[in-house]
Amino acid sequence: MNKVPTDNAQQPRGTGQADAELRLRQVWANLPGWGALAAVNHSTVGLRFMLTGAGFFLVGGLLAMLMRSQLALPGNTLLNAAQYNQIFTMHGTVMMFLFAIPVLEGMAIYMIPKMIGARDLLFPRLSAFGYYCYLFGGLIVLSSLFAGVAPDTGWFMYTPLSDAEYSPGPGPDFWLLGITFVEISAMSAGVELTVSILRSRAPGMTLKSMPILAWYILAVALMIIFGFPPLILASVMLEIERASGMPFFSVAGGSDPLLWQHLFWLFGHPEVYIIFLPAAGVVSTLIPVFAQRPLVGYGWLIFSLVLIGFISFALWVHHMFTVGIPPLAQAFFSISSMLIAIPTGIQLFVWLATLWNGRVVFALPMLWIFGFLVIFVCGGLTGVMLALVPFNWQVHDTHFVVAHMHYVLVGGMFFPMIAGLYYWLPHFSGRMPSETLGRWAFWLVFIGFNMTFLLMHLTGLLGMPRRVFTYETGMGWDWLNLLSSVGGFVLAAGVAMIIVDVTVHFRYGRRVSRNPWNAGTLEWALPMPPATYNFVSIPAISNRYPLWHDGALPVSIEAGDHMLPDASHGRRETLCTAAMSGAVRSVIHLPGNSWLPLWAALALAALCIALLASMYWLSLAVAVIAAVWLLRWSWVNGLHKDAAPYADDEASAQLPLHSRTADGPGVWGMVITLMANATFFLSLLFGWFYLRVVSPQHIVSEGARVDMPLLLFGGVLLTLASGLYRNTMARVREEKGTALLRRLLLVLLFGLLHNVALGWVMVTSTLQMFVLTHDALIMFLLMYLSFHSLLCWLLTVLQVLRVRLGYVSAKLPYELVVLNPMWTYSTVVYWAGLAAFFAMPLVWPAS
Amino acid sequence: MAFFTLVLILVSALWIYAMRRQPERDNAGRQEKAWIIGGGIILPSVSILVLLLVSIPVGNLMSTLPTAADDALQIRVTAHQWWWQIDYPGGDAENTLATSQNIVHMPADVPVHLYLTSADVIHSFWVPRLAGKLDMIPGRINELQIQADEPGIYRGVCAEFCGLAHASMRFEVHVHSREDFARWLADAQRQQSGNAQSRAEDMEDIPGE
Repeated sequence: MNKVPTDNAQQPRGTGQADAELRLRQVWANLPGWGALAAVNHSTVGLRFMLTGAGFFLVGGLLAMLMRSQLALPGNTLLNAAQYNQIFTMHGTVMMFLFAIPVLEGMAIYMIPKMIGARDLLFPRLSAFGYYCYLFGGLIVLSSLFAGVAPDTGWFMYTPLSDAEYSPGPGPDFWLLGITFVEISAMSAGVELTVSILRSRAPGMTLKSMPILAWYILAVALMIIFGFPPLILASVMLEIERASGMPFFSVAGGSDPLLWQHLFWLFGHPEVYIIFLPAAGVVSTLIPVFAQRPLVGYGWLIFSLVLIGFISFALWVHHMFTVGIPPLAQAFFSISSMLIAIPTGIQLFVWLATLWNGRVVFALPMLWIFGFLVIFVCGGLTGVMLALVPFNWQVHDTHFVVAHMHYVLVGGMFFPMIAGLYYWLPHFSGRMPSETLGRWAFWLVFIGFNMTFLLMHLTGLLGMPRRVFTYETGMGWDWLNLLSSVGGFVLAAGVAMIIVDVTVHFRYGRRVSRNPWNAGTLEWALPMPPATYNFVSIPAISNRYPLWHDGALPVSIEAGDHMLPDASHGRRETLCTAAMSGAVRSVIHLPGNSWLPLWAALALAALCIALLASMYWLSLAVAVIAAVWLLRWSWVNGLHKDAAPYADDEASAQLPLHSRTADGPGVWGMVITLMANATFFLSLLFGWFYLRVVSPQHIVSEGARVDMPLLLFGGVLLTLASGLYRNTMARVREEKGTALLRRLLLVLLFGLLHNVALGWVMVTSTLQMFVLTHDALIMFLLMYLSFHSLLCWLLTVLQVLRVRLGYVSAKLPYELVVLNPMWTYSTVVYWAGLAAFFAMPLVWPAS
Repeated sequence: MAFFTLVLILVSALWIYAMRRQPERDNAGRQEKAWIIGGGIILPSVSILVLLLVSIPVGNLMSTLPTAADDALQIRVTAHQWWWQIDYPGGDAENTLATSQNIVHMPADVPVHLYLTSADVIHSFWVPRLAGKLDMIPGRINELQIQADEPGIYRGVCAEFCGLAHASMRFEVHVHSREDFARWLADAQRQQSGNAQSRAEDMEDIPGE
């Protein structure tokens, strides 16, 4: 297993290995000059994510400084209400969406392949695409600030304040469009990290021998997949409402303002853990290193991760304790909010227990982790206090909550992240940062932070509400606010010192040799800084701390003693392994540098801007261009015929290329994406049932407003198409029958008729979709179904062309198989949608 | 609060000790398990149980309305961007005898049943010294019961961000003795029924501040 005999390994060491490394370098290099924009490599993309995130962090920090300056004195006139409202909205938005999540994604994108023994993530162009969506979306959101039309309704965008009547300006549009655009990057990272962690680990690395950070990132990636769709749905609906008047949230149409709040917090609470868990993963990674012993309670941590994952989706209503919900619901969400203390407690004591019996090295990263502990525990305790409903009624929407939230987010995310920064800095630069500057920075941040926010608890208890741009003197808030503001500037000075330290260290830092902290995980086996292909050869791993287990591993990796030690074929390759056992299944050939992600993201950015300018015809045109780029991408998606020509003797080769199998990462990517999509669909059903059951004044339209028989007939056609596709794939898998082309054409025919039928239903419907929420939701469902049917059909057309051109065949079935779950999904949501929207009301009429 | 501070100090102290202490190699495994189960599961579970035992009765006391709505004085409060409209007695619009703006008048020592709603965006009704906050949501009516023991002036604010002038959307609760309140209500009723026809138009003209 360990040493696969290859041509290269049999050659004498020396020149042969040097040549192999040169070839690897050539194959994996980014393009020079402007070509760097076409880079898809995970190290490059990950670094870009983190640097861009740091840039947005400074913007968000600057906004915070402005707010603290305004609030330093009572009745201050530095900012007026309009400016202050824009600034606090943007501070929250920038910190949550443009800093916290992307930086942690960047960390995971950079680190995960290096820790699990892969050369790249499995969908490299998707990483690059995600990055550009993030960058352009972030810039669009930010641009509103400079134009003075930034969103000013709070980062939570509560309706009806954010709807077209009460916010006629473009502010909310910037938020809704820009942030949804940014969320594409979170979704793509979620899919990509899940599949990469499950399918591209080093040979023999079972789930139980993964480095603990991989577990954390896996949990977070799955939480992104289930957590973000409700917000995406709500944003899309609100933007449609603002642009066209379809009343999804409007009371006049029979909707309920609380629908937005439910969908928003359905996302918003998991979001907190999506931010916290990667940082906790950094803590769990660093503590064993500085205790110089393996992590105690690895299984306990995984258990607590699973618990957090589930509980975090049952907490959302605790943001809504004051909206007037029934006592039973309050009790339920109060208890579940407190239950989260158990898995968090487990993590805390796992860390303690690890330190307990270790010989702890109190280096700079540990100082930051200590700061994390103090602040986070404090934030957790005020969290339990807030979960007490009676207490919550008093302090909700006061500065107490502001203080709590910053203790949790800054303590839980910023401190561990800086610990991680100092820990991995030598990995980027080969140099150590300054211990003196680093300690100064820590104490400035720590003292400044507590001065700002510890006092803010008191300000809140004294009754100062949030989101007020000024306050009167004589309420007892004056000196507290002044001290908080001073503390804020101390904190900023500390951040500045970190930046100086990191910048300076690239030039003056002490050079260190490999693995300066004597860590045990695989990323430290690499030279510093690592090559773009990470590993010269991919070793088999059976231990959670491979470097502690086998000290000679770095040498043997570089000597090419392990798998895939050459790239003489000119392909970027990494190993595809089984999800549980880590047994090698195939060799994945990965795409290299590509401009398509940039072009596609640029087209989407243009779409955003056209929508913002309300130029709907232009936006339609740009949308078509974006679709063409994305389809082009799917077309060149591994032109396997050229990249990896099919050879006759291939059947005898030990490891097949993934394009020869029906079990490649693409199917996994598709299924995970569809899981996210299903969450989107379920959120829509949630909205439908919520309005029917809970909303006080839902208006149901009477009589049939759509052509029901045609809708059912269309469903039969779709079922035929997807059934036939499914059957064809089964035949391909069993390698019988060759009538591939004829069968696919028949699928296309059924699909076409189905699309026509569904389109006809939509055109001839008499829905009052601009008047009633009920009808607007039905139209939204029909549009959703139609989008899926059309996409399936278009992608199948492309596959038919590819079959004709020989890119795809029964022997190269990879892409055909990827499309299969999508056909099935479209059929399932079609019938489920019809059942919920049309059949259910028959048996269960609205009261 | 003291309990929370104690937990914080205890955990931090343990952490520092854990980092400083020299490990002994024997029975390490058993110790570790004890830490995780004891500190990670039993400690938080017991704390949560205690907190719930305390908070659920308190919450019930605060949330269940002590008096049936019919037996209490009924007042309807409607929030607007950015002012407050108060109707007495306010079970429904037809019953309105008198209206005031930005000042809630009520008698002392009597349960007062509030019907809270909004005419535009979401606001929140909060008089810190009388009750916890409750949101005012367009299309919904939330009910809150308050009772003031002492006559006097109680300050209130809008506690849900509601747009430009949110910071200045304040109000006052004037608690009168029972006799004073009856007199005030009678006066207001007499005044307002005189110009009842023009009242609706007046309401529209009240400035936002």
